[in-house]
Amino acid sequence: MLDSFIFYFFAGMAVVSAALMVTRRNAIHSAVFLITTLLATAGIFLQLRAEFLFISQIILYVGGIMVLFIFVIMLVRLDVPLPQIRSRTQKWIALLVALAVGVEAGVVLWLARKVPGQGLLIPNAAPADKLPPNTEELAKGLFGMYLLPFEIASVLLLVAMVGAVVMAKKRTDA
Amino acid sequence: MNILADTVHENIAPKTETLLGADELVINMGPQHPSTHGVLRVKLKLDGERVIGSECVIGYLHRGVEKIAENRTYQQFAPYVDRMDYVAAVSNGLGYCEAVEKLLVVEAPARARVIRTILTELQRIASHLLWLGTHALDIGALTPLFYCMREREEILKIFEKYCGARLTTHAFRIGGLQYEAYDTLEKDVERFCKDFEGRIQEYSDLLTGNSIWIGRTRNVGLLNSADCIALGASGPVLRASGVKWDLRKAMPYAAYDQYKFEIPVGTNGDTYDRYMVRIEEMRQSRLICLQAIENIPAGPIMARVGKVLKPPAGEVYHAIEGPKGILGYYIVSDGSTQPYRVRIRPPSFINLQALDKMIRGHLVTDVVAIIGTLDIVLGEVDR
Amino acid sequence: MSPTLHSILAFVQTWWVELLCAVLIVLVVPLVAGYIVLVERKVMADMQARLGPMRVGPHGLLQPIADALKLLIKEDLIPDNADQFIFWLAPVLSMTAALTSMGAVAFGPWFQVARDINIGLLFVVGVSALGPFGIVLGGWASNNHYSIIGALRSTAQLISYETTAGFALVSGFLLAGTLNVRAIVETQRTDQAWYVFLAPVGFVTYLIASIAETNRAPFDLPEAESELVAGYMTEYSGFRWSLYFLAEYANMIVVASVGTTLFLGGWLRPFPNVHWLGWLDAAPTLLLVAVGAYCVFRAGKQPARVQSMFMWAVAFGCFVVAAIFALAAPFRHLPLQFMHDGLYGAFWFLLKVSAYIYIFMWLRFTLPRFRFDQLMRLGWHILIPLALINVVDVGIALALSSEFGVNRWLAMAITTGATIGAAMLLLRWNDKHAAAASAALLADSSVAEGTHAG
Repeated sequence: MLDSFIFYFFAGMAVVSAALMVTRRNAIHSAVFLITTLLATAGIFLQLRAEFLFISQIILYVGGIMVLFIFVIMLVRLDVPLPQIRSRTQKWIALLVALAVGVEAGVVLWLARKVPGQGLLIPNAAPADKLPPNTEELAKGLFGMYLLPFEIASVLLLVAMVGAVVMAKKRTDA
Repeated sequence: MNILADTVHENIAPKTETLLGADELVINMGPQHPSTHGVLRVKLKLDGERVIGSECVIGYLHRGVEKIAENRTYQQFAPYVDRMDYVAAVSNGLGYCEAVEKLLVVEAPARARVIRTILTELQRIASHLLWLGTHALDIGALTPLFYCMREREEILKIFEKYCGARLTTHAFRIGGLQYEAYDTLEKDVERFCKDFEGRIQEYSDLLTGNSIWIGRTRNVGLLNSADCIALGASGPVLRASGVKWDLRKAMPYAAYDQYKFEIPVGTNGDTYDRYMVRIEEMRQSRLICLQAIENIPAGPIMARVGKVLKPPAGEVYHAIEGPKGILGYYIVSDGSTQPYRVRIRPPSFINLQALDKMIRGHLVTDVVAIIGTLDIVLGEVDR
Repeated sequence: MSPTLHSILAFVQTWWVELLCAVLIVLVVPLVAGYIVLVERKVMADMQARLGPMRVGPHGLLQPIADALKLLIKEDLIPDNADQFIFWLAPVLSMTAALTSMGAVAFGPWFQVARDINIGLLFVVGVSALGPFGIVLGGWASNNHYSIIGALRSTAQLISYETTAGFALVSGFLLAGTLNVRAIVETQRTDQAWYVFLAPVGFVTYLIASIAETNRAPFDLPEAESELVAGYMTEYSGFRWSLYFLAEYANMIVVASVGTTLFLGGWLRPFPNVHWLGWLDAAPTLLLVAVGAYCVFRAGKQPARVQSMFMWAVAFGCFVVAAIFALAAPFRHLPLQFMHDGLYGAFWFLLKVSAYIYIFMWLRFTLPRFRFDQLMRLGWHILIPLALINVVDVGIALALSSEFGVNRWLAMAITTGATIGAAMLLLRWNDKHAAAASAALLADSSVAEGTHAG
């Protein structure tokens, strides 16, 4: 009872603020609603007892990436229209992507032969509070079984970071 | 010419248009700003936090002191000069009195001159203390201000005992002194000087070797000697860039020729050097005071001047080394009881002209430090 | 009984302790923050040869309440061109983040809201990282140049120094082997050492980073009053302003709590396993009795009757709390043990937190403020590499002691020495670099002279 109340609270918040994020004209307002969406999602993670996921969502997405977003939004003038970014095809691409995602969700639900709200397809899931502490489990997964992909991903990120620095540096030198 | 109008920057070539067009920021620092030391207004053009242009807007405290002089007798005008550099009123008074004395061709008696020297040097210490406290506060050190105020209080107490006033003292009269030195003046000055030696060490211990302080002041607001001379800068600002020019030695007045003291000079002409020069000047002033109280000659304190001053027609320029720099009075007399024209060369006003040169390329944070290091008093800048 | 009501009742029955703690935090922290301000003013006054607030109540003891009342009844100003919604939201965000993050802090073994949360300290750090939003959004919404510069500075500063703080915490987490708050403290008991002794470099880097994170001097650039008037708070007044202020002080409590928990042994009394130091357990009672006695002594000397009555009241309060401590003392092994542990644990914890905050204040009154580029250089060129090296070194030390059987203290001493050596090298390199950087700055400024404005 309480569980579902909490779930619907967070889920509703996520959906509503996502909608608001898309519809606001003011970029900062959009960013604020995006933060709300991310926080609501984090809340759902917490309810699922995925505590580590919850906190990484907050630290990385909300505390790190969104702060940078707002930083950038504050620095640039956004009242200038951006003809370079607007294009006629954009609308159609967006529609296509939305359709694809919708169809995928529908297929998943249909395969599970379940109605949304009655639980999804986690076969023989243990109750969340009976699971081993997930920080340790996550660490074991990342640094044990998936060590190589993890390292490759981090090298990739490093390369991207160095690349960004180099490009930015070239811009200021010129 | 208002180049930094808020909307148009004519003197800046149009930048290459970036996609999202970030541009320069013009901010008004002052006239209501906690660290412009009064009502100075500086328009700053910023690129990020870097200053790429500036313009001083002054005159918010203009009281027409020079014009007032033309409608007052010589004695009546004397209290007005106290209100220019109100943290160094005694020095202002000394300069004015000596200028009028020069015009009258009288000389203050030896006793008066020694007492004048003592009080003026105390005033220099007081002025530098106030500067040190506020400058440190501008750079973010809270505590030195209160220590400096404590010391300055001692000096102001001596002034109060001497002439009843603390800030705008009107301590001297044309021709000498109004008041005889009170009985314990020497003792008070001596006690102050004794305490002050340790105290000044304490303050400089707080700041001199502090790496944050050094980082904030070294190579900040550089002004080399050629620029100083070209801009007419004087006082510690000039001496910090290595020019050994102090009117107390170069053109001695009052009783300075009787005392031994050093003129501290810097090498780089940065904010740190100006700090060191002023700290050392306080030490030297203390030494002068100690020498002076040892032997205050007896005798009259007023020269023979009439009740009504009528200097012969003519003009005179007399300058003294005020705490902030060369304080000059140019007085034209038409032979009447009132000056025909008084022009004052205020050190703050002229030193302030160096501001734009000093802050270019620095960060907003440094602007505060540089305004502080110039040691301006807006009462004197605007007069 | 309807099922909704029933489930709510069941919820309250299960979680009443936690709910109580949460309510206490929300009620008490603003008051505590107010009194920290008073203590700060008193400490500052003491260091600056003056008295500080003396008018409102004896020794100004009621000053925070008077200030709070004044702030509450002030006019609620919103600038014309401000973004009303964000302007309203920003201080609330700051305050919420600060208070929420206290949820996982354990003030003593029994006072904690989120008790068995697996991520423990990470929760505190992560949620308090939401605080910058309040600053950034507030600065932006004010529509004021000073505010926006303050906001930009604070964002850059917080992002940089949170990284350092994170790495510093990692070195502690490595030693503890867990993120859980209670487990961290308990391992410090079983390890027989506060981690500040095992990882001193970690503690020092955390201390510096935590000062920067709470925007305290010498890192108070976002609100540097001599440059930016009040930075992001310039346009704020009255109650909204006080929310920012409370958030700042609440954040101080949070970072101090994190530092205390991880490095200073949390609620453990000094040397918890040394028996002949057991008399230290009587310290809280004695301290409170001493404070009470001082108040009684001063009560007679108060100029006004109200003030002496107030002093008597304070003394009475001290005696009552001392009595509670004394009464709880015998319960060390009885069923009421939680009372004993909770009280004494809270005392030691708060004592350590106070000491930590005192260091903040001390530094604030002593040091000048950094310039922004210096702040960034310190953060990125010295602290972050140092914290990283420290993490590696702590890891090596742990491996040495667990895999090769080297004495733990020896291993730690060796690696700490290595870290400190690295720090020296970093500092020397930075000095050289800083000189070059300032030279470059000046070269630039001479170029800028071409476009003369005068």
